[in-house]
Amino acid sequence: MPGLNPQLLARLVGLGVGGVIVQTAAVSQVPVAGANADLTPLLVMAVGLLCGSLAGGCFGFGVGLFADDVSLQTLGISSLVLLAVGYAAGRLREARDPEGTLVPLAAGAAATLIFALGFALVHFLLGVDAPVSWALVRQTLATLVINTLLALPVYALARRWLQPSLPDDPRRRRRRAYTTGGLSPLSRS
Amino acid sequence: MYDKTVRRRRAVLGLLVVGSLILLTAYFGEGAGGALHSIQRGTSEVLNPVQEGASRALKPVRDLFGWFGDTIAAKGQVEDLRKERDQLRTQVAQEEGATVENERLRKMVELNGALGLRDYAPKTGRVIFQSPTVWYATIRVDKGTDDGVRMGQPVINEDALIGRITDVFGGAAQVTLLTDTSSKISVRVGKRAAFGIVEPSSAGNPTDLVVKFVPPGAPLNVGDLVVTRGTVTNAGQMQSPYPQGLPIGKVTRIDNEGTDTQEIHVKPYADVRSLDFVQILTRPQGPGG
Repeated sequence: MPGLNPQLLARLVGLGVGGVIVQTAAVSQVPVAGANADLTPLLVMAVGLLCGSLAGGCFGFGVGLFADDVSLQTLGISSLVLLAVGYAAGRLREARDPEGTLVPLAAGAAATLIFALGFALVHFLLGVDAPVSWALVRQTLATLVINTLLALPVYALARRWLQPSLPDDPRRRRRRAYTTGGLSPLSRS
Repeated sequence: MYDKTVRRRRAVLGLLVVGSLILLTAYFGEGAGGALHSIQRGTSEVLNPVQEGASRALKPVRDLFGWFGDTIAAKGQVEDLRKERDQLRTQVAQEEGATVENERLRKMVELNGALGLRDYAPKTGRVIFQSPTVWYATIRVDKGTDDGVRMGQPVINEDALIGRITDVFGGAAQVTLLTDTSSKISVRVGKRAAFGIVEPSSAGNPTDLVVKFVPPGAPLNVGDLVVTRGTVTNAGQMQSPYPQGLPIGKVTRIDNEGTDTQEIHVKPYADVRSLDFVQILTRPQGPGG
């Protein structure tokens, strides 16, 4: 993983552990419109966007494994789905390098949707006893809306937490230079 | 250089996917005492105090959000509660006479009397964890084996039965709620005692349970109370983990009434989405248990 220094690793571990504990000890116990926010896909999306696909995938796997572990749920489900979320967010950054302020908002919504659908799919494959109703769809949609609203603040918090340890990205440095006129070929003429 | 990076990225991704699938398969393949389950329990044991601390520290935040939700919900409930109060007043007046007769009959058949909670040695616990996904309706409380909590004991809140203990540690216990897809409880419906099994109507729906396997001809009405059936055989033979008569909810709708496929929909009294304190009945078989 390029640029993964021990300090960044420690911060990622802190973010993951802290995020899962806050989620299970507080956020899951606050129902909003009949549903709960789910911070885990948002955190994984944020790390993917900030650190890239490899770090995002590994972070997703780790957070999922930890979440399944502390919740006494079937091991491997969350890690498999969050791995995909983190990797996809990382690839988005690497392939498109989106700049807009609202990118985390859209990415957060997509991450939540992928997580909800992936989780449901794995559960169907494993065999769920009870039928699925509109209540589940409604609850998933409510979580999607709440998470979309939370995506920007969660991304901002994650960036603030990881920023001191993030390696300077050459592409971003180049973009900054262009915007200030420093390295632009046009500025030389 | 680029190819090497891509190859490495794909290799790590593949490894993690394979790792997840191996974990899933191994977890399903092993029993409750297997290595992965043991690791999971060990981790939970270590993290329980952390979660308890976090739960206490974050309580003001939860309460703040809960206050907003409660205020909105309370406004909607006022009208319903007024109607229910009027109904109950009428019901109380009708049943006052029956209560005297009932007391006499109860003495005659030497029943133990009304179900007093103290007989079941309740332990009050604080909820320190709630499952973040709708696919698992579980909570964790800060009471464990050190407090006399054991597997299978029923758990109630101030309103009704909410579930039972499915895993227990030194200082904490996991509660599987009655809205979990794996939950099935033997119940009695209505005054004329129709028996059935209550389970969630669907995954992710905490406000609707369904009673199944009630005989088609059983007399049922909307508004009937649903309570635990409890043990009906002699002691020692397939005892139910639940005492008799613990309230669960009331009938809201009956689908396909009178047929073999009839489903009795029940609205649980307890709101399992916002639990704070619960009670574990550590002596579910009562004083003699």
